Amino acid sequence: MSNPLVDMQKPDVIFCIGTNMTECHPVAATGLKKAIARGAKLIVADPRRIGLAELSHLYLPLRVGSDTALLLGMAHVIAREGLIDEEFIENRTTGFDDFFEHISQWTPEWAETITEVPAQDIETAAMLYGSSDAAAIFYTLGITEHICGVENVQSLCNLALMTGNIGREGTGINPMRGQNNIQGAGDSGALPNNYPGFQSVTDPKHQAKFKEAYGKEIDLEKGITKVTALELCGDSIHAMLIDGENTLLSDPDREHCEHALRSLDHLVVIDIFLTETAKLADVVLPATAWGETDGICTNTERRVQRLRAAVPPPGEAKPDWWIICEIAKRLGFNGFEYDTPEPIFNELCSLSPIYAGLDWERIENGATDTFNNQWPVPHKEHPGTPRLHEDTFVNGKGIFSKVHYRDPAETISDDFPVWLTTGRRLQSYHTRTQTGRSQGIDYLLPEELLEVNPADLEKWQLSDGEWCKMSSARGSINIKVKATNRSPRGTVFASFSFSDVPVNLLTGSGYDPITHTAELKVCPVRLEPL
Amino acid sequence: MSDKLQIDGIEVSFLEGETVLEVAQRHQIDIPTLCYDPRLEPFGGCRLCIVEMEGARNPVASCTTKAASDAVIRTSTGTIETYRKTLLEMVMSENREVDVHPLRGYASRELAYLCDKYEIKGTEIEGTISGTSKTDDNPFILRDYELCISCYRCVRVCAEQEGDHAINVMNRGFQTQITTEFDGLLKDSACTFCGQCIQTCPTGALADKKALRAVDEVTDDLFDKTRTICPYCGVGCSVDVLTQNDKIIGIHPAMDGPANQGALCVKGQFAYDFVQHPDRLKTPLLRGDDGELHEATWEAALDFAAEGFRKANSEHGRHGIYGIASGRAPSEAAYLMQKFVRAGFGTNYIDNCSRA
Repeated sequence: MSNPLVDMQKPDVIFCIGTNMTECHPVAATGLKKAIARGAKLIVADPRRIGLAELSHLYLPLRVGSDTALLLGMAHVIAREGLIDEEFIENRTTGFDDFFEHISQWTPEWAETITEVPAQDIETAAMLYGSSDAAAIFYTLGITEHICGVENVQSLCNLALMTGNIGREGTGINPMRGQNNIQGAGDSGALPNNYPGFQSVTDPKHQAKFKEAYGKEIDLEKGITKVTALELCGDSIHAMLIDGENTLLSDPDREHCEHALRSLDHLVVIDIFLTETAKLADVVLPATAWGETDGICTNTERRVQRLRAAVPPPGEAKPDWWIICEIAKRLGFNGFEYDTPEPIFNELCSLSPIYAGLDWERIENGATDTFNNQWPVPHKEHPGTPRLHEDTFVNGKGIFSKVHYRDPAETISDDFPVWLTTGRRLQSYHTRTQTGRSQGIDYLLPEELLEVNPADLEKWQLSDGEWCKMSSARGSINIKVKATNRSPRGTVFASFSFSDVPVNLLTGSGYDPITHTAELKVCPVRLEPL
Repeated sequence: MSDKLQIDGIEVSFLEGETVLEVAQRHQIDIPTLCYDPRLEPFGGCRLCIVEMEGARNPVASCTTKAASDAVIRTSTGTIETYRKTLLEMVMSENREVDVHPLRGYASRELAYLCDKYEIKGTEIEGTISGTSKTDDNPFILRDYELCISCYRCVRVCAEQEGDHAINVMNRGFQTQITTEFDGLLKDSACTFCGQCIQTCPTGALADKKALRAVDEVTDDLFDKTRTICPYCGVGCSVDVLTQNDKIIGIHPAMDGPANQGALCVKGQFAYDFVQHPDRLKTPLLRGDDGELHEATWEAALDFAAEGFRKANSEHGRHGIYGIASGRAPSEAAYLMQKFVRAGFGTNYIDNCSRA
C-alpha cells in the first residue's frame, strides 16, 4: 500500500476495484466503513454484488476481465472534464501529453460496449474520483489475476497521477496483500528478479554486493518465475524445495501442476501438515507453525512486526530457518551457521536498503512514538515511512502508461458460455489447511457452493441446492449450486478452498506476460445438471 | 489549541474536543467506567464516571462532558463515591453472577473489578435478573444476557467499529434486551462472528464459547499472554495468544495493535486451533522403496534432502534446482530460502507464492 491503514478512514472518495475487502481483509474494511459513516463516497467496481457493493454509493458491475476498459473510460472523462491536477502532472509526472491524446479515443460509450457498465455510471465514477482532493484506490487480486494484470495496475496509476491523488493523507494506490507475510517474502528477496530490498539482480553493482556478502558469484540474469519453473519440471528443472505452500491446490490448472511436481527427480517440502503438495514429496520436513515460531513479518502497509512463539511445537517439528540451514550445511554451503532467528533478520537488514535502519531489537520493541517501522527505513534514526511518494517517486517521475484493452485469454463461447470467477470467502482461508482444522468454522461454512444468479438456473437446467457438473477447457468438477443475486447473469463464482471441489482444476487459461500471474479471475465454463 | 482546567486540585492541560474523562485518563487520574470503550463514541449510560463540576447543580458524566477552560472538577468526593457504590449495587442486584471467568472476554471482568474495588460483597437492594439468556447453537459466541447491564457496548462496537449493525436492542427500561434483528440466531443476522462484542462486554454476558470450552480442562484462572501477529491475511492485526500449560486456549485482540486497534475478524479471533491439531506433522517423512512416505529421523531426512539437490546439481547443473519460499512463514525463512539458492547455487531460481 502506498498509504498506511489508518489513512483508510480519511478519503473523501474511495474507489474499490477487484477487492472483496469485507471478506478478505475484514479489519481493513472497518476503516472504509468509518470513512463512509463520516460522509465519504464509495465507488465499487466488481463483477459480483459483494458486501462492499451493498455499502457503495455507486456500484459498477463490470464484466469479468474488462477492468482496463472501465479505467480507460474513466481517464477519458477526467481529462475531458478538466479534472486533472495540472501542477502535479507538471512537477511529478512524465508522458502526459501522449497519454492525453491516447485516451481521447476511449470514450465511456466505448467502455460500455466492453464492460457492460452504463456509460453514464462510468461518467459519474470519473467525476466523483476526479473532483475529489482526497480520493484513494484499493485493489487486490481482482486486478492482478488477469493476463492484463500489469495494464490494470498501470491504469489505476494513470488515474492517481492525472488527479494528483497520491502521496497525501487519504489518497494513494493501495493493493491489499493477502497473506500474513507475503510482503515480507518479497522484501526478503524470494523473487527471481530481485535481491532482498528489491535490488535488481541484473544490476552489476548489486551482483558485486551479494558476491561479497555470500562469497558466491550469482547470475546477472533474472531467474525464472514459479509458473515457468513448473512448466519446465522434468525438462530442465529436476529438484525443488518448497517451503509452506500448497501449490497443488492454490495454483491454476491442478492437473498440469500435479504432473509437473511428479516429474521432478527430487521434491522436498517443508510444511506443518501433510498437504496435497507434501504428499507428492520425496522428503517432508515438519516445520513449527504460527504460535510456535519466533520471527519477523511485514504487513500490507509495509509495517515490520514481531511474531512470537507462545507454545512449544509438536513432536520434532523445527523452525523453517533451521531446516533450510541444515540442508545448506550438508551441501557444504557457507553462511548458514545460525542459532536463533535474530542474526538472520539482522543480516537481511544489513543487505536491504529499505530495512537498513531496522534490526531485531527495534522490531522487538514494536511501534513507538518515535518509530513506526514502516519501510523504507533507510537509517537507524529514521522513524519509518507510513506514506510513500510524498515528495518524489523512487524512480523520479510518475510515468503515464498508454494501455490498451485486451480480451481475457479465453472468452465465452458456445462450448463454454459462462464466466467463472474465483476468490476467497470470509470464513475460510486459502486451501483450508488452517481454517479447515479449526473448530467451529464448519458451522459457518460447511461446504463450497457455486454462486449462480437465480434467473440463470432455468436456462442451464440447474436447481438451487443440487449438484452440477462444471467444465472448462481443462477439466470438470462437480459442485453444488446456490442461487444468489450476488452473481450477475452469466457469471458464476466459487472459492478454491475446498479440496473436494478443486476449482483450480478448471482455471489456468492464461498468464500475465510480465508477472506470470495466472488469470484465476476469468475462466469460461459450461454448467450441466448431474 | 491547548488550555487548562483543574482536576482534583491539579491544573492540567487539555486539547480541544477532549472529554473530562479523556483528560483525566491522560493524567493518570482513575475514574471508574462500565459503558466506556475508548474506541467508541461516548454514551453516558452507566453514570459511574460522574464527577463534580463547580457551577453544575448535579454531578456530570465525565465521558460525555467536554473539557472547558477553567473548569474545576472533583473526581472522587465522598458523595460521588457513595453514588458510585449505590450504582454498582444496583447493577449487581440485576445480574446472576459478577465474578465471571476471565476467558469470557478481554473486558469481561470490568464489573467484577469495580465491585472488588468498592468492596461490594453483596447488596441489600432486591433485584430481579434483567435480561434473558438466549440459546444460540453457534460455536463461538455465548449469549448469556442474564449478566447484561445494558451498557450497549456490544451494540455500539458492532455499529461503530465493525460497521455491521448486527446487534440491536429490544424493549426499554428493566425489560431492555440485547438481541439481533427479529430476535433470531446470530448466524441469521448480519453478524460476521468477528468477536468484537465478546471482547468489549464488561460483564461477560457475551462470551467466548470456544475459550470457555478450554476452561474445563484448566485448573485455575491464570493464563499467559503472548503478543504476536495474526496468521491470516496481510493486514497484520496484533493479537495476544492466551495459553495455559502449553496449550493455546484463546485469542484476545491487541487494543493497541497499530494495524487493527483492537479489531479482529472471525479467522483471527477463532481459527487458531489448527496449530495444535492432531494432523500436525511431528517427524520427518521419507519416501521408501515401496513408494510410500515413512517416518524418519532428522539425520536421515536431511541427508536425503541434501543428497537429492547435490545429485540434481551434478547431473543437470545448478539451473536444475528451484526454490519456492512461503508467504506464511517469517521473513527469516524467506530470506534463507533465497540465500540457499543464491549463495548455494549462484542462481536466481527462487520465487514465493505471491503469483497464485
